[in-house]
Amino acid sequence: MPAGTLYRGREGMWSWVAHRVTGVLIFFFLFAHVLDTALVRVSPEAYDTVIQTYKTPLVNLMEYGLVAAILFHALNGLRVVAVDFWSKGPKYQKQMLWTVVGVWVVLMAGSFYGILQHTLISWFGK
Amino acid sequence: MSTEISDALVVPSAQAHTGKGLGTGNPADAFVIEPPRKRTEKTPRRTRTNFEMLAWLFMRLSGIVLVVLILGHLLIMLVLDGGVSKIGFAFVAGRWASPFWQVWDLAMLWLAMLHGANGMRQVINDYAEKDSTRLWLKGLMGTATVFTVLLGTLVIFTFDPNI
Repeated sequence: MPAGTLYRGREGMWSWVAHRVTGVLIFFFLFAHVLDTALVRVSPEAYDTVIQTYKTPLVNLMEYGLVAAILFHALNGLRVVAVDFWSKGPKYQKQMLWTVVGVWVVLMAGSFYGILQHTLISWFGK
Repeated sequence: MSTEISDALVVPSAQAHTGKGLGTGNPADAFVIEPPRKRTEKTPRRTRTNFEMLAWLFMRLSGIVLVVLILGHLLIMLVLDGGVSKIGFAFVAGRWASPFWQVWDLAMLWLAMLHGANGMRQVINDYAEKDSTRLWLKGLMGTATVFTVLLGTLVIFTFDPNI
């Protein structure tokens, strides 16, 4: 390990980096999302027009990316809680990270069709 | 020079924040740099509140609740019943006819915004080194957060399906 740094690499540091990056991304999306939802107070037409963007293929794919970020942040957040509150948490933090990654992969694979069905059906039909 | 350091040798935080007693007698201590939140002469001996501890606790508690609220929200909005296709003014009106979903969305709004704002506060504190930069960034972020929370709350409480 190089001198003069707190960064230690490996599972502990990289999960922390990923937690930060996903957290900031989700927070910025949240601003946009509250604003677009606020259009229901303007008119049904204004809201529906903006919601149409959520149904374009590119934004539909970005929704899958948003779910990817949220799922990681949620699962790793539970790991952080376990590290802080479970007496054996720090000892098993690496195993818990790989569990998080495993569950994340399964949930991402499982939700692929569900989230992208709007685009897939518009391209290939039922 | 590379010395393998096991996690067990990390300086206990109870010592690190005092800035004293960093040496544990282990050679790895040579690599320990000054803790980022070291107490200096300017730091009051006793702070008035436990704000940082409460913020830490809030992140854990709100996080657990948000896992349920947000994953449920994503499942309903993006996956079930045709995915994103169904979303529109009529769908929102149908959901907000029920106080259950109004409370769900209100709780999600407040918890997510405060959870995110506190996370951003930590990120800003970590990377913005100048006092004035930190102040400006946190002021801007705080203003945007208050505005967004109030706007969202107003929208949920004043929603009119017959607009």
